Amino acid sequence: MQTKGISSVHMQVMWNRLISVVEEQALTLLRTAFSTSVREAGDLSAGVFDENGLMMAQAVTGTPGHVNAMAEAVGHFIEDIGRDNILEGDSYITNDPWKGTGHLHDFTFVNPSFRNGRLVGYFASTAHVVDVGGRGFGPDANEIYEEGIYIPIMKFAERGEVDMRLIHILRYNVREADQVIGDLYSLSSCNDIGHRRLMDMMDEFGLDDLNELRDFIFSNSLRATLDKLKKLPGGTYDNELTVDGYDKSVTMKVRLDVSEQQVLADFEGTSGLSAKGINVPLVYTTAYACYALKCTLAPTIPNNHASLEPFKVSAPVNCILNAVHPAPVAIRHVLGQFLPDLVLGALHKMLPDTVPAEGSSALWNLQLGARPIEGAEAAQGEQLRQSQILMFNSGGTGARPSLDGLSATAFPSGVHTMSSEVIEQVGPITVWRKELREGSGGAGRQRGGLGQIIEISANPGHRIYINAMFDRCDNPASGRDGGRHGAPGNVSLNDGSAMQSKGKQWIPDGKHLVLKLPGGGGYGEPAERDRALVEQDLIRGYISEDDAKEIYLRESPE
Amino acid sequence: MSYQGHQVRVGADIGGTFTDVVLEAGPRQFSIKLLTNYSEPEQAIIDGLVKITDKAGINIEDVDQLIHGTTLATNALIEQRGAKTAFITTEGFRDVIEMRTEGRFEQYDLNLSLPPPLVSREHRYPVAGRIAATGRELIALDEVALEDIAAKILETGYTSIAIGFIHSYVNDAHEKRAREIISRLIADVSISISCEVSPQMREFERFNTVCANAFVKPLMASYLGRLVDRLNSVGAKCPVFMIHSGGGLISIESAIEFPVRLLESGPAGGAIYAADFAARYGLDRVLSYDMGGTTAKICLIENRTPKTARTFEVARTYRFKKGSGMPISIPVIEMVEIGAGGGSIGWVDELQQIRVGPESAGSEPGPACYDQGGEHPTVTDADLLLGRLDKDNFAGGDIKLSLEKSVAALESEIGNKLEVNAEMAAIGICEVVDENMANAARVHAVESGKELADFTMIAFGGAAPLHASHLCEKLNIESILIPPGAGVGSAIGFLRAPFGFEAVRGAFLKLSAFDPDWTNALIRELSSEAEKFARAGTPEGELNREVKAYMRYEGQGWEIVVNLPNRDFVDGDDEQIRCLFEDEYRRLFGRSLPGLDIEVMNWSVQASSPLAVVEPVTRVSKTTTLETDTRRDIFDAREQKFVAAGVFERESMEAGSEVNGPAIIVEDETTTIVTSGFRATMQTDRCLLVQRKTGVSNAN
Repeated sequence: MQTKGISSVHMQVMWNRLISVVEEQALTLLRTAFSTSVREAGDLSAGVFDENGLMMAQAVTGTPGHVNAMAEAVGHFIEDIGRDNILEGDSYITNDPWKGTGHLHDFTFVNPSFRNGRLVGYFASTAHVVDVGGRGFGPDANEIYEEGIYIPIMKFAERGEVDMRLIHILRYNVREADQVIGDLYSLSSCNDIGHRRLMDMMDEFGLDDLNELRDFIFSNSLRATLDKLKKLPGGTYDNELTVDGYDKSVTMKVRLDVSEQQVLADFEGTSGLSAKGINVPLVYTTAYACYALKCTLAPTIPNNHASLEPFKVSAPVNCILNAVHPAPVAIRHVLGQFLPDLVLGALHKMLPDTVPAEGSSALWNLQLGARPIEGAEAAQGEQLRQSQILMFNSGGTGARPSLDGLSATAFPSGVHTMSSEVIEQVGPITVWRKELREGSGGAGRQRGGLGQIIEISANPGHRIYINAMFDRCDNPASGRDGGRHGAPGNVSLNDGSAMQSKGKQWIPDGKHLVLKLPGGGGYGEPAERDRALVEQDLIRGYISEDDAKEIYLRESPE
Repeated sequence: MSYQGHQVRVGADIGGTFTDVVLEAGPRQFSIKLLTNYSEPEQAIIDGLVKITDKAGINIEDVDQLIHGTTLATNALIEQRGAKTAFITTEGFRDVIEMRTEGRFEQYDLNLSLPPPLVSREHRYPVAGRIAATGRELIALDEVALEDIAAKILETGYTSIAIGFIHSYVNDAHEKRAREIISRLIADVSISISCEVSPQMREFERFNTVCANAFVKPLMASYLGRLVDRLNSVGAKCPVFMIHSGGGLISIESAIEFPVRLLESGPAGGAIYAADFAARYGLDRVLSYDMGGTTAKICLIENRTPKTARTFEVARTYRFKKGSGMPISIPVIEMVEIGAGGGSIGWVDELQQIRVGPESAGSEPGPACYDQGGEHPTVTDADLLLGRLDKDNFAGGDIKLSLEKSVAALESEIGNKLEVNAEMAAIGICEVVDENMANAARVHAVESGKELADFTMIAFGGAAPLHASHLCEKLNIESILIPPGAGVGSAIGFLRAPFGFEAVRGAFLKLSAFDPDWTNALIRELSSEAEKFARAGTPEGELNREVKAYMRYEGQGWEIVVNLPNRDFVDGDDEQIRCLFEDEYRRLFGRSLPGLDIEVMNWSVQASSPLAVVEPVTRVSKTTTLETDTRRDIFDAREQKFVAAGVFERESMEAGSEVNGPAIIVEDETTTIVTSGFRATMQTDRCLLVQRKTGVSNAN
């Protein structure tokens, strides 16, 4: 028992170290990346794999979208490169949406890790880059070919020698080539840093390979996950969710089959493909579905091959959640981010009083282009400039069984917003308003989180357009157990005229763009809300006096 | 004033549990520990001062300077116990401090709560008026609306006002005008404006900082006022200086105006304490390691100077997790703090793994072995079981430790769950807590682009000398310095701090549009602001000046700090600035990126009095090797077994005497464990120098 005890403590220490190795790998990438979504939103991923390509540890980053997309990616790399062709000092690349993480903007890199000439594992990392050519980031493509350059799995570097022909081709196919190529080097070198830290760790603990540690991690993770599943009331639970889509609404359906061995999420019955780039490859569907399952069922167990193993996902080919080549998939995140609402709704039927109501869920990413107006002049002391600006903005989250929803907070994505002051420094726009949207949280015993209002205009001498990709304008977030829905989103100009919620549109000169972000759904009957909280909401202006009287206090039980 | 020709200086550190007072007169040093007085914190200082001058045989009137640091401001923020504060802000941005970053700091917790804003929504008053990013006025300030707000402030009875407008770091006219209007209409209300408290870019951080300043200002003003009065009433005529978060000293008047600068001043004292020993020993690369009852703090010190940052986070609400507190953008000695102290509790998670902290048993009820009702096994319980502490001789024999209670706690909370005995549970706790600390140090080093292997550790705080050797085995560090008097390290550190101040300002510059005149004017302005504060304590003499820029490649979101030359810039200097940036970028990230423009977001100038010239300590090597028959079995983590260790009294060791690990060196305040891979040599200044034995490898 003594020896077993010590070795188990050591294994645990090494497991923690391995997690910190991948966190460090991710941190390096975060600090050097150019893409806004990487550095502000943590839209990246990093992981370490065993010699067979099974994931041993993954960094917890801002995006659940990579949860097990990455876990599967390394297997594809080993298969496509070929075991005999895997050499020390190599680095592999792809942005294949179906073998990576769901759209061309994400590049995945895999580097083999050799110790004393022997392959012991792999490091992989993924990041969203600034540009991949094509139409630019937006939903408007009809086929993947329009969405940008497509790099199949291949060698970025062989024995430390970077393939300059590849760099050359890329340079002529993307906008902001310096930044994109900078990011590719960052991806490759963060894998190197992971490798170096792993070698330090193996030196310290006197390891020649990772096999024993891998077995320990996998057996503990699987056991802990199955322990969780055993406590569940098994059976079949379903749910459906309708959201706005591109030009027509999309209905997503899920059926969960829960047993002691696994949870299967099947998406049979979901709408077919869209003509535009809101389609979702299965890897991405899997990632967000698993995120919802893990958050609810096993939140504290680290992600790895074994802890993810019991969670399975299937969907009919060419339903919108299993789009195959050559469907356009550039903004697969919009529907992807609704998957937790869909899956949580099914889980609610199995585990009442556990999961939140629906929320705003899909981010309101504001992709904005600014152009100088020909012949116009900038304001005193300012220059005319062309600029691409990306802002992340979040509506309200759904109320929880015993807590209000979070106002203007991202869920399921883990992004952060950017400082308006910094945005105004780097792009020729003015943010006139960015504050909570009063009255937008769904009423309930627990109130949904509030959305927010954003108002933006071009600076003198400039004109701006948006690549709109906003949802929940026609289909607001539903409440749960008597809670009311949150306010729907709205896109307009400051003169009140309506704008489309999807697609590229110019803002007329002199007008402000006004975005009203959706609120989260409420939980429980509003009349059951604690009166002191209703009073407080009123004082703070979270709800209106009318709402207080007509919704909250009307059928008060007292 | 003064005593026998020596300056008499007193350092006073008010912490959560203890108030430490240290008096220094030339070579003589006295220290005293009192319990912190929560209702009248100043009373403990007065009591301490009376006692310590008595102990030293010095009249209170002869004290020349009192240097003070306190956690009062920090605690007020943590407990949200401050003034009734109103926040006046730009229309359209009422909720900046409530919306925070719009992110969640924990991805997998469906029931996450975010920290509430310091000033809730009904107390935030938007007013029309807008400055552009370039400083141009877009909309004039609505002065009529401000008069209405002033009326509401009077009516509601706010005692403190914060003002924060968008882009005020570029153009402060609206904030200053608003202050003018409010103070004209309301007498005697304390007003803080963001362009003075924290003129940095990024509204969430700046607004939160000005609100924090306003929130604690009346409380700190009244406390510091009382302190000065009480000092006068006991006959102390000395000026009082406050230590600030950046590790320098400011006048009490500045402290009253900008109390947010007092946050984290206690830990800053600890870092300065370590930096002083680094200087004496001529150590250029030092890792300071302070482990107390609830947390461990780690700080990098290079060339005598603790590493600083321009923002930090206080009042973390969620297991010390990054992002769960409130950001404060003022210069600070950068430290990593983790929930790993002697009182940190060990537990078993659902993966059947041992975890330690961040919950702590504190001093009430304390570790199980204190026998005061604590039932959770702590790091101290584990140390006791592994032979590192003597149950009959803890805290100079004041507290008898109960081995039985430790065993019972370790068995019930860990042993039984994992089917191991208490000893194994203790080994697990120590291994995990040491790994947690090693990890924090490693990550901090990586973030700073450093390799720890050639650093020297300086270990202080009650629990640090117990864990330092094994920590160094994990970090590949060769030598450790364990200074004497480590229990009151922060208060001693206060006495070593320079008069100094760092002024930081947000100002956007693209290097391709470098303008030397603009840059020189900005730096001159920052210099005069910094010097104004520094001059409060050193009216004469040279001041050191350091100029820094926070820079990034165009398109990035993370700035790195670059030291700029301290001189006027001329045309063409952008090339040198670019080179300095790229050197630093390469050092941190391995390669620079050709073809991209570079942006400066923030600038800073630090002005400080030169550090006192220290008397260098000449290291002594072994003259004698001490042996002893008193032995105790301690667990050696590297050898993975119990080994017999000699027990030595620190007091009886003379300069040059050496003990070979495994050894235990005891003193009243702490115990130093020398593992089998190390040896410890007493130095002339009573420091223990613990060094790796030659030929001992690091591998486990």
